[in-house]
Amino acid sequence: MATVTAGEIRAATHEGLPRQQVVAFVIMVGALVAAPFFFYPVFLMKVLCFALFACAFNLLIGYVGLLSFGHAAYFGMGSYVAAHAAKVWGLPTELAILAGTAVAGVLGVVFGWLAIKRQGIYFAMITLALAQMVFFFSLQAPFTGGEDGIQSVPRGHLFGVIDLRSDLAMYFFVLAIFLMGFLFIYRVIHSPFGQVLKAIRENEARATSLGYRPDHYKLTAFVLSATLAGLAGATKAIVFQLASLTDVHWSMSGEVVLMTLVGGLGTVFGPVVGALTIVTMQNYLASFGAWVTVIQGVIFIVCVMAFRRGVIGEIANVLKKPL
Amino acid sequence: MSGFILETEGLTKEFRGFVAVKNVSLKVRRGSTHALIGPNGAGKTTCFNLLTKFLPPSAGRIVYNGRDITREKPSSIARLGLVRSFQISAVFPHLSVLENVRIALQRQRGFSFDFWRAEGVLAEYNDRAAELLEAVGLQEYVAHTAAELPYGRKRALELATTLALDPAMLLLDEPTAGMGHEDVGRIMELIGRVAKDRTVLMVEHNMTVVSTLAHTITVLARGEVLAEGDYATVSKNPDVIQAYMGTANA
Ligand SMILES: Nc1ncnc2c1ncn2[C@@H]1O[C@H](COP(=O)(O)OP(=O)(O)OP(=O)(O)O)[C@@H](O)[C@H]1O
Ligand SMILES: [Mg+2]
Repeated sequence: MATVTAGEIRAATHEGLPRQQVVAFVIMVGALVAAPFFFYPVFLMKVLCFALFACAFNLLIGYVGLLSFGHAAYFGMGSYVAAHAAKVWGLPTELAILAGTAVAGVLGVVFGWLAIKRQGIYFAMITLALAQMVFFFSLQAPFTGGEDGIQSVPRGHLFGVIDLRSDLAMYFFVLAIFLMGFLFIYRVIHSPFGQVLKAIRENEARATSLGYRPDHYKLTAFVLSATLAGLAGATKAIVFQLASLTDVHWSMSGEVVLMTLVGGLGTVFGPVVGALTIVTMQNYLASFGAWVTVIQGVIFIVCVMAFRRGVIGEIANVLKKPL
Repeated sequence: MSGFILETEGLTKEFRGFVAVKNVSLKVRRGSTHALIGPNGAGKTTCFNLLTKFLPPSAGRIVYNGRDITREKPSSIARLGLVRSFQISAVFPHLSVLENVRIALQRQRGFSFDFWRAEGVLAEYNDRAAELLEAVGLQEYVAHTAAELPYGRKRALELATTLALDPAMLLLDEPTAGMGHEDVGRIMELIGRVAKDRTVLMVEHNMTVVSTLAHTITVLARGEVLAEGDYATVSKNPDVIQAYMGTANA
């Protein structure tokens, strides 16, 4: 009988970092380091915040198969809390961001616990309903500033030294946050935990019959996703010195779905490309006013019809390698 | 401990007025191979779903290893050593064949909530996974995606995954269904081998497999136990012949 060789085992377990992913990562980092010298840093920071948000969302839909339609709640809460902490409590920038992230994580525990017991469309509806509650809370609560939001949030100094009022300094701080988040997610999906997540996504009943408790894994993934969405929102609040109702609005939940779909659901780099595409579009099409939404809708439909796997998903499919 | 590893008393399952499993009292002897047979729709799979807690029973009790498991969660059942396979092959389609088995082996670590660790820590299970795959004749397929396997091979993979948990008791729902002739032979031989030191309860339509492997056979029809005994006794039972003929003509 033929025996299994070490080479076959390596191929079967995708041991080591896949070359194409390392190359893609190096290109991405190179481009992001060079970018602020060619493009407007505030625009790039917006892209990075949304890229992190989309990556966090993708962890849930792409690797657990859960479609949350309420991720604005975590993004928005992260944003409000960070803005409040920096402006009213006068916390240092890094702590304000951590506070926003932590609150989003706690919200993720509660909402996740309520939502993961439901499947499919019911899961999506519950996450949406809970996010709407957060929206109305934000509209009414005194600390969020209602329609005005929390304005002129100080950017402060990083670790008390680096003045973040400089867009370039702020940019590299945001880039560091983004890369940490990105690599963290990469690690999560390539961990023993990530393996079980994929098994649950593929066949929940079978995972259960092997003794795993799918709900516990889903909840953990949900909390991680919410926490990272909060990190993205908190960072955004500091960059734009503003937290507002837009951040918790349901259309924000929709936008992150769109970004992930356009870039490629369940791919590592897809959400980044998706965020870049959508944010660029919104920027350049801003002069069209209300038509932006319509144009965005058309592009979305074209994307779904022409490349169903998203931009990166299609490329990965051609290369026959994960990206 | 009693000679029976699994016992049910008056097990009943009703689906909106339709009784799929009616008052079934089943006793499976420790270390034996026990077959559950019956015409289509007899309630065999429903029985499995009740035993593994995938469905709550409408009435009755299930005792496994002297412990009442009627109210347990399905995931706890596996941890007690009672592991099932599914009638429709249940693999993780987009994972590699080796990873499929490794998911089961990974259970030895307890729970895998360590999202901060690299999956390289799972490498310690690779050799055992390869061994299990060789045992079911899948050594050439380790690096394939499970979805690429032909149906019979998927069943073999499912069996290897189940065996990876080294369960005290196996529940196999039609392990040879949809397999080619030579695959059936290999799987039958494998089940015979693994059944030496554990209990097997299987649903099977292939009578060669049943007559070769099973010590005891329980025949279900319309949710009720019709007959029980060894192959010779059961196959001569006029009620059993009638039940099978009845559906053959229907
Ligand atoms: N979830 C359900 N809801 C309603 N009826 C069901 C459900 N599951 C099974 N049944 C019914 O219960 C009866 C028994 O089904 P079951 O799948 O247990 O049969 P089986 O003996 O496994 O048959 P087969 O040999 O075809 O696999 C069938 O009439 C089926 O339609
Ligand atoms: Mg069945």
